[in-house]
Amino acid sequence: MAWVQLALLLAVVIAITPLLGGYMAKVFAGDRVVLSPVLGPLERTLLRLIRVRRDEDGPIGQDWKAYAKSVLLFSLGSWLVLYLLLRLQGSLPANETDLGAAPWDVSFNTVSSFVTNTNWQYYAGETTLSNLSQMVGLTVQNFVSAAVGIVVLIAVVRGIAARSTDPADRRAGSLGNFWVDLVRAVVYVLLPISIVGALVFVTQGALQTLGGPTELANVTGGTQTLFRGPVASQEAIKLLGTNGGGFFNVNSAMPFENPTAFANFFSMVLVLAIPAALTSTYGRMVGNRRQGWAVFGAMALMFVVLAVVITVAEQHGSPAQHAAGLVTSSGDGTTGGNLVGKEQRFGIGGSGLFNTVTTATSTGAVNSSMESLTGLGGLVPMIGMGTSEVIFGGVGSGLYGMLLFIILAVFIGGLMVGRTPELHGKKIEAREIKLAMLGALYMPFTVLVTTALAVGTDHGKVSNYNGGPQGFSESFYAYLSQGNNNGSAFAGYTGYVQPNGDPDGSFGITFADLLGGLAMLFNRFFPILVVLAIAGSLARKKAAPAGPGTLRTDSPTFVVLLIGVIVLVGALTFFPAFLLGPVVQSLTGHLY
Amino acid sequence: MTERRDRSLLDPSILRPALVQSLVKLDPRVQVRNPVMFVVELGAVVTTAIWIGQATGISANDGGAGAGGGNGAQPAWFAFVVALWLWLTVVFANVAEALAEGRGKAQADALRAMRTETSARMRDGSEKAAADLRPGDVVVVEAGDVIPGDGTVVEGIASVDESAITGESAPVIREAGGDRSAVTGGTRVLSDRILVEITQEPGGSFLDRMIALVEGAARRKTPNEVALGILLAGLSIVFLIVVVTLRPFVTFSGSTVSATTLIALLVALIPTTIGALLSAIGIAGMDRLVRRNVLALSGRAVEASGDVDVLLLDKTGTITLGNRQATAFLAMPGVGIDDLAAAARLASLSDETPEGRSIVVLAEEQHGLADAPYPDGTMEFVPFTAQTRMSGVDVEALDGAVRSLRKGAGDALVRWVEDAGGAVPDDLRSTLDHVSGEGGTPLAVAEGDRVLGVIYLKDVVKPGMRERFDRLRAMGIRTIMVTGDNRLTAAKIGEEAGVDDVLAEATPERKLDLIKEQQAGGRLVAMTGDGTNDAPALAQADVGVAMNTGTQAAREAGNMVDLDSNPTKLIEIVEVGKQLLITRGALTTFSIANDIAKYFAILPAIFAGVWLANPGDGEGPLAKLNIMDLGTPESAIISAIVFNAVVIPLLVPIALRGVQYRPVGANALLRRNMLVYGLGGIVAPFIGIKLIDLVVHGLLGA
Repeated sequence: MAWVQLALLLAVVIAITPLLGGYMAKVFAGDRVVLSPVLGPLERTLLRLIRVRRDEDGPIGQDWKAYAKSVLLFSLGSWLVLYLLLRLQGSLPANETDLGAAPWDVSFNTVSSFVTNTNWQYYAGETTLSNLSQMVGLTVQNFVSAAVGIVVLIAVVRGIAARSTDPADRRAGSLGNFWVDLVRAVVYVLLPISIVGALVFVTQGALQTLGGPTELANVTGGTQTLFRGPVASQEAIKLLGTNGGGFFNVNSAMPFENPTAFANFFSMVLVLAIPAALTSTYGRMVGNRRQGWAVFGAMALMFVVLAVVITVAEQHGSPAQHAAGLVTSSGDGTTGGNLVGKEQRFGIGGSGLFNTVTTATSTGAVNSSMESLTGLGGLVPMIGMGTSEVIFGGVGSGLYGMLLFIILAVFIGGLMVGRTPELHGKKIEAREIKLAMLGALYMPFTVLVTTALAVGTDHGKVSNYNGGPQGFSESFYAYLSQGNNNGSAFAGYTGYVQPNGDPDGSFGITFADLLGGLAMLFNRFFPILVVLAIAGSLARKKAAPAGPGTLRTDSPTFVVLLIGVIVLVGALTFFPAFLLGPVVQSLTGHLY
Repeated sequence: MTERRDRSLLDPSILRPALVQSLVKLDPRVQVRNPVMFVVELGAVVTTAIWIGQATGISANDGGAGAGGGNGAQPAWFAFVVALWLWLTVVFANVAEALAEGRGKAQADALRAMRTETSARMRDGSEKAAADLRPGDVVVVEAGDVIPGDGTVVEGIASVDESAITGESAPVIREAGGDRSAVTGGTRVLSDRILVEITQEPGGSFLDRMIALVEGAARRKTPNEVALGILLAGLSIVFLIVVVTLRPFVTFSGSTVSATTLIALLVALIPTTIGALLSAIGIAGMDRLVRRNVLALSGRAVEASGDVDVLLLDKTGTITLGNRQATAFLAMPGVGIDDLAAAARLASLSDETPEGRSIVVLAEEQHGLADAPYPDGTMEFVPFTAQTRMSGVDVEALDGAVRSLRKGAGDALVRWVEDAGGAVPDDLRSTLDHVSGEGGTPLAVAEGDRVLGVIYLKDVVKPGMRERFDRLRAMGIRTIMVTGDNRLTAAKIGEEAGVDDVLAEATPERKLDLIKEQQAGGRLVAMTGDGTNDAPALAQADVGVAMNTGTQAAREAGNMVDLDSNPTKLIEIVEVGKQLLITRGALTTFSIANDIAKYFAILPAIFAGVWLANPGDGEGPLAKLNIMDLGTPESAIISAIVFNAVVIPLLVPIALRGVQYRPVGANALLRRNMLVYGLGGIVAPFIGIKLIDLVVHGLLGA
């Protein structure tokens, strides 16, 4: 079953990629698309509201600095609005459970998390946030932070594809207009797909109501509070925008969020749809569809390896389980194996694959308990993130992260064929290499430093409940996840303590909240600046036509080289950390 | 210049100074220019300090209980061995660089010996020291004198011995005006007397530049070297963080790790192999050009030559032999072909032009006239003039009868025959047109009032040109033939030679425009040239190779000078440029791929003591990762850094000789190099480290 599901998922994603990819290429070229008659008025209204500057040729193009400035300005605005909203939620409407504000440090972390498309959650949604905060605050950020990722990628590809280097051309060096792109990404891409997606979730039984919590008599005769809210709509954008922040604390394991095996499959398709399709958009924009498929191939190859490893590892169970005689293997993937922390309706196949999908992309949604994975199984999500989230990755951010590795691969590969390296005909020189190295190595650098602070200082250690390799994995995972804007958690590491199950008496762990919050902010916006700077530099370069002596970047050979660079330059830095956490647990049955 | 060519790396005259240099270069001010090796040197200093501390008992250990942690203090010999091998790593890198420089230095010394202190005789008879000559000074040089500086012959003609610079022992002619007017300071006039106008600034002579170049003194990092340097420095920084953060990780995991071990890990992980060999590769690339008698005036030009997309080649002298040659006789109706050949031979006997000689050769070799006797009687030769545009011979037989034989341009011959009262056969015009149409040059042959036929003169393409162009095409380079011929002729010859395109009716302006047009399309253009009118195009081209026989202007404009003045040398230059880049890429790949094995050697050693199930256990679960079965943690770490060090001298031959280049297309090349240097780089250190461990642990007992 697990293998059938994997094959089916790949087939669906391969089918979607050129369709959605072509659609997005048209949307961002400003062409008329199928939905223009319906959504055109909304687009025009929003653009009028934003008052985008125009000239006779349309909206005024921005060079990389102007584009980057708009990204930062918009994100800063989003950050401030969301912070105020969360801090003031106690005095605002739509607060059925009468929740007060979360502490400032937890809010700092939460706001940074949502503005950066991370959705790392130190809080439990249902016991911390009002429906207003969820809908107006977080859901809006789910849309726009995803849109920011997409439009940055589009701007970068425009820079790579730019052919006009005529200084007299007013549009030379332009990467497009951020505000126009942002509106188009939300209106034409994210909004229509999430509406359809939400309806599909509702058909599967996901919750969609504005009603507050309800009391319920449980089987033991007591009562329990059942939290409710607009779940299905949040679910759709949570996945489509590779956000990952669920309405409920247990995320996609909760039947209200992810009711059935089909909903689970559909969730995975939603997650992969845009990151995969953007490879095709990229191929079309640079005028070489094979190029898009080559990048897709590199991503898919690494993805399949991860999915296979986690499935086999979970089916096999951990050495500790074997030592305790717990694992009975039936071999069909549904029973036996390591079922700790997994939902029966998804089984090992549906859980392992879901976790691979959401950690390889920077989604971070979970439908099972990460910390209950076997050692080797737990290594898979860490590798997904340790490779800088370029295995499909976050919407937009996955591919622009991949472009950094492509530049490094082109550099090394170009040398090996005896030409000074070029990407799509444009010379990769010292400036591009400097930026690409900064962009590619910034993440490992910060994640290692923050993890060292987490495990090596008393400030950091208070957040961790566990010792042993598990404790190491949890601390490492927390910063790997936040540093990659992923958002999934290995549990056991916290920045927020709620002794009473609600905001009363709760307090934040300032060190963890700030360290993580800053990691999320810097690791989101620093690479964005870097890739935009590269795009700005490439946009002004002359493109040389390809010949037989040119390194082809759309060949299987290049795909192998690219994967090699990602593994050797990107993931190898985490090799020691991988060994100290998950690998130890896959080698010993000892419980620490 | 044979002594410039093969000189063994182990030639003591090079090796000895290189060893001395390798120690001189330990100066941190030298090392800091190469961040990777600077890190290694810092590591060597720190480990040495640790060893001294341990050996003298000032500090018992350096923070770690043991190399593997958990089991006793780390022995002092361990820090000593690590320090020793780190120093050796730096020394090996220095030896590699000094060896690459050594060959150039030896040549520079030979050149410097030539730069004798001469005094120059000025035109007005006064004397001036050669070192004081300024541009514009005119000096007199006579047979036996050494030319005091670079300049242009403004008067006279002389034979000059340039062997000191070109290695070519045959003297060359230098004369005022034309394309052979440049003379080089330090060369010797063998005959005659010339006036030379000096063109060099004091100290900026060709010889000075050549010395600086081969010596590497003027060497600046090329753009690609800078970019690669950034990549290597970036990797070094991130591995530095890997190592620095490892300490808290290990502490959290219940063990310790010593500073010595961490430094060893750092040096093993950073790309020392390529870092050590990078500058040697660059110097060796220049040296390979020098050995082909090409002087690159900048490293940037060598690099650019690997990227060349378009090659402009002059037709005459480069693609064709430079002289038209007779290839066929086409007889008019009623005329025997051998009669035509005999007449053409006689008419050309006195013609000393290459064309004329080729007619005689064709007649004698193809038509059995080699031993044909000359006609009896007197022969009076009629030389070619611009007015008659024909030449030939009048043979007065013993009986007084005169045979007038002429060969010349078609229309001139027609007039001559008609003046003699003869009739011109109808076939003549069509035959003449046919030859022109084929790209050849027709010469008509007549005897008295009768047209005998046509000689087919043809530009002969040098043998092997087509293969060379095929090779270039496989490298991804298009060739464009440049010629003053008309389009028809140019197209025919271009087709025959196998070039991709031709520029016919070329003028210096059109040549320049063509280069600019190609560059506007993003292509890199290379060309050769010798004349003054080539100078603008040479300057515009990305790679401009000036012939040493050319004018001073051309030599100034180009960024390379070919001392052999062989225009097809460009092909070799391109190969050297590509080889240079490939060598860099291959060794970078090898260096980075090595990290996997080094991790597997060192990390199990460090992690052997982490996450012990019980406090008293000898080793924890991660000891299982010692897949190479290395003897002890100490021997594992030492083996890794020994491998790391010895791989540098082992790769020196590749760095200096360059990775083999084959024109097989980019994809095949990439696949091959990834297999050899990527996969090889992953596998080789596993084997190497294991073998070293067998010695270090098995024999030496570490």
